[in-house]
Amino acid sequence: MTAGATRALRVLWVGYLLQLKILAVNAFDGVLNVIYPLFFATCALLMFSQSGDPQALVYAALGSAVMGTWSAMATSASGALQGLRWQGVLELLVCAPTRVGLAILPITGALATVALYSFVATLVWSRVLFGIEVSVASPLGLIVAMLVTLASLATFGFLLSVTVVRYRTGWALGNALEYPGWLLCGFLVPLQLFPEWVRWIAYLLPPTWGMDAIRAAAAGGDPWRDIAICALVGLGYAVLATVLSERLIDSARRHATLALT
Amino acid sequence: MSDTVGATATLRGIPAAWRLLTVGGVLSFRGLFNWLNPYIYIPSLLIAPIFQILLFAYVGRAAGAESDSFYLVGNAIQYASIPCLFAMANTIAGERWTQTLGIVLSTPANRVALFLGRSIPVIANGWFVALFGLVVGAWVLGVPLPPQTWAGIVLCVAIASISCTGLGLLQAAVGLRVRSTAVLGNIVFGVLLIFTGTNVALDAMPGWMAAVGRWMPLTHGIEACREVLAGASLGAVLPVLARELAIGLGYAALGLLALRRVERVSRLRATLELQ
Repeated sequence: MTAGATRALRVLWVGYLLQLKILAVNAFDGVLNVIYPLFFATCALLMFSQSGDPQALVYAALGSAVMGTWSAMATSASGALQGLRWQGVLELLVCAPTRVGLAILPITGALATVALYSFVATLVWSRVLFGIEVSVASPLGLIVAMLVTLASLATFGFLLSVTVVRYRTGWALGNALEYPGWLLCGFLVPLQLFPEWVRWIAYLLPPTWGMDAIRAAAAGGDPWRDIAICALVGLGYAVLATVLSERLIDSARRHATLALT
Repeated sequence: MSDTVGATATLRGIPAAWRLLTVGGVLSFRGLFNWLNPYIYIPSLLIAPIFQILLFAYVGRAAGAESDSFYLVGNAIQYASIPCLFAMANTIAGERWTQTLGIVLSTPANRVALFLGRSIPVIANGWFVALFGLVVGAWVLGVPLPPQTWAGIVLCVAIASISCTGLGLLQAAVGLRVRSTAVLGNIVFGVLLIFTGTNVALDAMPGWMAAVGRWMPLTHGIEACREVLAGASLGAVLPVLARELAIGLGYAALGLLALRRVERVSRLRATLELQ
């Protein structure tokens, strides 16, 4: 491994640990990202429990659990750079002798870890409150599917955070994205219920493939094709975000808008 | 003699209290509720409720539970809680962040007029947001809103907004003691989503949840609006709306009492402007 790659990995790792510590003491990201999806999960489980079909409840329990991962990304990543701006450290990060992407990706990576906690908490919630037992045919497939989904979400969050660097109220955009993501990614609503053009939007979102893979792993199907597509979509977002981050940050520096709150 | 002086002072105080209630309320709302910025207002209060309605209508279709109309009314009215809770918290607890709370509370202003005045624009805004969601959501989902139901719907939504703002007043008092008002607002929103029969009829809930829901704002407003849309006359739903209003006024009274207590305790402990 070259010295540059080692340095990049170190930046990612140290940044990730630091961001995780910050999130652990942040009431909004740390607590709300875990509790908030539970409200919606409870609602969805109460709705599906009216059908009296145990399989429908398993479907809803898995979907509700992954819903929280989207919330962690859409809402929090959109406001991530604005948060840095308010704290007065965005300029310092941009001036650091490393690529901007390497400084931002750990933020969304830490958010993805909170999302993983949300996934587990929602499954436990479903088991304890509603007695839903989610049996997993392929635990390895489920774990890989979940990790790839979170990694893809982290890169999607990375893209979202750099896209809204010029948008001072990015958190509001993130709030507005929460429901469309829940609706389109197939967490609780089968894509077949939507028109064809809506399905194409869903296919561009990594959790759509991740959700399919998680369901396949739980039901005993083949999750690996969906996992591969999820990883590829995530990689595409990572490349796009890296290119955009350089250009948008350069633009913000040229227009002297980096520190404007 | 002293009775006459007191009565005169009270009479003189009425125009001041009225000005505080109306002009003061609007000014505080405009100054402290920063969501009025279109970059925040449009995504948070106009677009998000439409997608909340669509989400639950489609989940309802997938679960085979209730009709689109059920979710449309429930979620449109329940979403009024976002402007009602957050705006009420911002327009009172926000004074602490702008370092003006001490100045406001050191004035001899009538506290009821001071705080209730701030709630009037909040109610109007919550009413508008819920009606916007209801009308646009109905158009997107293809739910008919017959003209003979319009007056009833407008009244149900208005009373639900008044009621929820009562809860917002109580939350604003708590917001003067806790720092994370955004977290608190989101948690209250989640509780209302589950317990008020927004997406699951009270009859289909466990008994204890339905019992809790009957003491919350919005529950009866949503119920009345669903009945109006199903063809009930305004007279038929008036008792339900009266209960909704009574619950809201109860929360508002609790909120005003809590604000008085928080003010007194904060003065004693010198914590009025602690952030």
